[in-house]
Amino acid sequence: MNYVDSGLKVVGTRPIRPDGADKVTGRAVFAADTRAPGMLWGKVLRSPHAHARIVSIDTSKAEALKGVLAVVTAADFPDIRSEEAFVGEGPMNFRDLALNCMARDKVLYEGHALGAVAASTQEIADQALALIDVTYEVLPHVIDVEAAMAPDAPILHDDMFTGGVDPKPTKPSNVAKVVTFKKGDIEAGFKEAEVIVEGTYTTQPVHQAYIEPHACLATYAPDGQIQIHSSSQGHFMVRAYTAKLLGVNLSDIRVNPAEIGGGFGGKTLVYLEPLAVMLSKKSGRTVKMQMTREDVFRASGPTSGAWMEVKIGAMKDGTIVAAKQVLKYQAGAFAGSPIGPGCMCGFAMYDLPNVHVVGYDVVSNRPKVAAYRAPGAPITSFAVESLMDDLALKLGIDPLTLREKNAAKNGTKTHYGPTHQNIGFTAVLAAVKSHPHWKTPLKEGQGRGLAAGFWFNIGGESSASVHVNEDGSVTAATGSPDIGGSRASIGMMVAEVLGVPATTVRTIVADTASIGFTHVTGGSRVTFATGMAATQAAEKVVEDLKRRAAQKWDIPVEAVEWKDGAAYPAGSNAGAFEPLDLATLALKAARTGGPLIAEVSLNAQGAGPGFGAHICDVTVDKETGHVTIDRYTAIQDVGKAIHPSYVEGQIQGGAAQGIGWALNEEYIYNAKGQMENPGFLDYRVPVASDVPMIEAVLVEVPNPRHPFGARGVGEVPIVPPMAAIANAIRGATGVRLPDLPMSPPKVRAALDARK
Amino acid sequence: MAKTYVSTTINGESSEFLCETQQTLLDVLRDVVGLTGSKEGCASGDCGACSVILDGRLVCSCLVLGVEAEGKTVTTIEGIANGEKLHPVQQKFLEHAALQCGFCTPGLIVATKALLDENPNPTETEARYWLAGNLCRCTGYDKVIRAVMDAAAELRGETVG
Amino acid sequence: MSSLSYAAPTSVDDAVKLLAGSSGLAKVLSGGTDLLVQLRSGRLKPELIVDTKKIPGIIGIREENGGFVIGAATPGAVVEAHAGMTAAWPGLVEALDLIGSTQVQGRCSLAGNLCNASPAADSVPALFAAGAIAVVVGAKGRREVPVEQIPTGPGRTSLTKDEFILEFKLPPRPARSSDAYLRFIPRTEMDIAVVGCGISLMLDEKGVCTAARVALGAVAPTVLLVQAAADVLVGHTLDADTLAKLDAAAQAAAKPISDKRGTVEYRTKIAGVLARRVAAIAFDRAQGIKNGKVH
Repeated sequence: MNYVDSGLKVVGTRPIRPDGADKVTGRAVFAADTRAPGMLWGKVLRSPHAHARIVSIDTSKAEALKGVLAVVTAADFPDIRSEEAFVGEGPMNFRDLALNCMARDKVLYEGHALGAVAASTQEIADQALALIDVTYEVLPHVIDVEAAMAPDAPILHDDMFTGGVDPKPTKPSNVAKVVTFKKGDIEAGFKEAEVIVEGTYTTQPVHQAYIEPHACLATYAPDGQIQIHSSSQGHFMVRAYTAKLLGVNLSDIRVNPAEIGGGFGGKTLVYLEPLAVMLSKKSGRTVKMQMTREDVFRASGPTSGAWMEVKIGAMKDGTIVAAKQVLKYQAGAFAGSPIGPGCMCGFAMYDLPNVHVVGYDVVSNRPKVAAYRAPGAPITSFAVESLMDDLALKLGIDPLTLREKNAAKNGTKTHYGPTHQNIGFTAVLAAVKSHPHWKTPLKEGQGRGLAAGFWFNIGGESSASVHVNEDGSVTAATGSPDIGGSRASIGMMVAEVLGVPATTVRTIVADTASIGFTHVTGGSRVTFATGMAATQAAEKVVEDLKRRAAQKWDIPVEAVEWKDGAAYPAGSNAGAFEPLDLATLALKAARTGGPLIAEVSLNAQGAGPGFGAHICDVTVDKETGHVTIDRYTAIQDVGKAIHPSYVEGQIQGGAAQGIGWALNEEYIYNAKGQMENPGFLDYRVPVASDVPMIEAVLVEVPNPRHPFGARGVGEVPIVPPMAAIANAIRGATGVRLPDLPMSPPKVRAALDARK
Repeated sequence: MAKTYVSTTINGESSEFLCETQQTLLDVLRDVVGLTGSKEGCASGDCGACSVILDGRLVCSCLVLGVEAEGKTVTTIEGIANGEKLHPVQQKFLEHAALQCGFCTPGLIVATKALLDENPNPTETEARYWLAGNLCRCTGYDKVIRAVMDAAAELRGETVG
Repeated sequence: MSSLSYAAPTSVDDAVKLLAGSSGLAKVLSGGTDLLVQLRSGRLKPELIVDTKKIPGIIGIREENGGFVIGAATPGAVVEAHAGMTAAWPGLVEALDLIGSTQVQGRCSLAGNLCNASPAADSVPALFAAGAIAVVVGAKGRREVPVEQIPTGPGRTSLTKDEFILEFKLPPRPARSSDAYLRFIPRTEMDIAVVGCGISLMLDEKGVCTAARVALGAVAPTVLLVQAAADVLVGHTLDADTLAKLDAAAQAAAKPISDKRGTVEYRTKIAGVLARRVAAIAFDRAQGIKNGKVH
């Protein structure tokens, strides 16, 4: 059923979230908040070298230390053969995942895990790590993406032969694959173009920087049953990956989803869980592990740094006729950068006849990259949206008009295949045009930047159950960890279908043994896919309720309607019966067919893509290069805002991460390939005084494939900020900064160079 | 060295514990006393997730030794509400949706209470600079600051209800 | 079991005995905002921590001979709340206010900031410019040391193992004198200074500078007192020519390194920029004109 046009009573309002009281009182239980009797502390031994062969590991002294109950290395884990599986937001090779969790033969980045211990105190565990004797043969390392592609670069994997190249190379390299997307005839396009602009851009690796470090507890019982309590973006993913890495049955693992303190894609895979389980198996006790902040930076996936070249050709009236891009993304130590989405997203906002995009997935001696909020898209859009701004300047056309002229619309065929349907980009651009920010005159020394962004959003597998309790209150359970308030929005959709107030419904996140399979909380899919499952489950419950009312009234079920939380005879012909509300029917459930429950599992199709446009005003201190964000407006098509506050929150949070990415965040390496800033002191995320209020403008172009019109919203907002800020800096100073981050020394140097 | 016996007051109640010298007040609160509301985000005083109020002053509990709590009063997130009645700061955080994952929230709420205890009428800029030591990665701080300003107004008696 | 001991002596003599008598490394604990981070990272492995906060007078501010005396372990937040200090030494107060976060200021101390001896410490350039005197106590008794003689290199001081700072003495403030401190950081808060500059000066009735002390932070192994920059100011008003010369003197004195926080070239330029901006604020304040950010 589709509720898009009906009068909604709950969806679209702003109730207090059901898990809120726990979160503001410190009661909410995150993975590291849990203890168990006799629990051991697990710690990880990590490589100090960026690239080295492991000649030998001697754990005997560590094992002999009083208080140490288990030590593990790669020898304790199955040797996984290469096997591809798609889970999460990118292809996952289980052999690579296993090697990333525990190195075998070689360490490939500073921080790469190669052993772990479990001991009765944290202090003893630290002492044990120091007693593990590792002999390394240090190898030359390579960090930068272009250096990794050079013919004489140190090779990370002897069996890496570049995919997507014909003929297949015979020599290994650091290029895992090349991908190409083509539409039309790019040569002809550039020949036709009256104006051509081009640019080269670089970005540095940045980390998701969630405030909660990875943590888990694991218990391996003598009969092989495994319990894991962990903060993750997907407990079914934790179960699947842990089972695969340990070679056990999925049904022998039960994963409890703890509250999660931020993920942004970085917690859609495992690092600690397989180690904790193995340590528990060897010691016979529950093992707790948590990463230090330094380990989070050194050894959990940031996103790629990149090198990009973009070339755009247009007619004098602003119609773009040719668009070309070459992208080189760092994958970290194992293949799997988001090069695919990077190639797809840069031009996805525009209706272009001739497109040619080539992307390279390149490994280097850095932590394996993990998904980070619209993986690949922020990077490519930094380049494309900066160049669009230069094109507008060269053409003498307003940057908004340039985008309106070339905007993708319903029916636009993308360069990567699908055709856009039911999209809201033109509505977003219209909202920019009419927004007061766009019309506010700039002060002396200020500059204004505009940039657009796109993300596909995904659907996928979700399960949800709705139970009407004996007193008429409702419990909804899903398999989706709640990072941003999804318990609230799911409960609201269920309440809307049932016709009851939001407070009647309690939403929980159930463990892997208690609910059907559910894909990760990522890809902006939960409100869409899990919301769809929950809505359908609620609808099934409503059908059941109607059937029971029909039975009681002895009328056909078609003659019963459900409205405002009660069954009514549909029209006076059906009979003059008093309505039966949820509580009344629930009380009699046992006698009318049993418990009132429905569970739905589905593979949601029809996820609608999201478009956004951000306006940013900056002031640049020309002597220091310091950039101040004076005003920020983020406009986005959100389909239908189920709970507007949490939709706004996603937009504001994504924009703030983009601001940090634009101005100050980066991984800094020394000559030995070691990270120099693995902490919040020198890895500079925005603090409260760095940003102004971020106005989130919700444009609603409903997605007809979702019962309430919802679209994913969480990822689009991180895509526009870097170019919006770069364009604003250009507006304020006349200088184009093509390299991220646009930190003060770079801004000052660019200003000096211009003189 | 043997553990030190420490006698202190936490959230208005007497508390006694044994701890080693190198254990921070954060370690003690979480692992010894069992108050896990204060969080470890960095253990180096850069994120504020471990914020507590020590003898009336806002501090990072990861930068205080457990033994230094001797004879002092400590207020943690668990002591902000009055039984089941939420403090106005907590209530405003909920009303303004000033939290998403909730991990930084205890630290932010303790820091906000300390701000309003010292300055009941902060400007937006003053609030932002006071809270600069509390990192949040989810919200972009917008709704947090709105909640703080609204809580301040309520505590000054300027709002109804 | 850890071998780290803790003591909280209640007199100077007891504290000195503990420090002098320690066979292994003994560290003084004031605010702990540097020490605890270094303990956890393993950079320091002491056997004994001597918490000086219970020594009478080591926390608190009093007036003596027309000037302020600040207990060495006084938290920054206490200094910032002191109306007399804020009026007489707004530069030193604002420098202290910039260390870390609100939480850090609830604990950090002038002595800790000085003796940790980071070249980028925020309160130190202002403390140098103020001409503060450190009252050092140790096995040989009490001695008074100009603060600029305390740090000798990154992480190193001139104090012997039995010594610690008890308090800081600030000179009386004549009319038409004031100070200011600015640092450059990439964000708006929370960063270690890329460059810091503290200036304290005195003007005559015509607004001509009669005395000045200029200090630069984060551009050398220790915070620098730049006599050449002070010489530029004395005898002049802050006209365009003086500003240009001040900028040049600051740049000439700067001998920074390139590290994750800044390059040689950038730090050198910023030293000049900050010297000009700090001097402008100090001149205004000395003439009774409010200037400078207050947060």
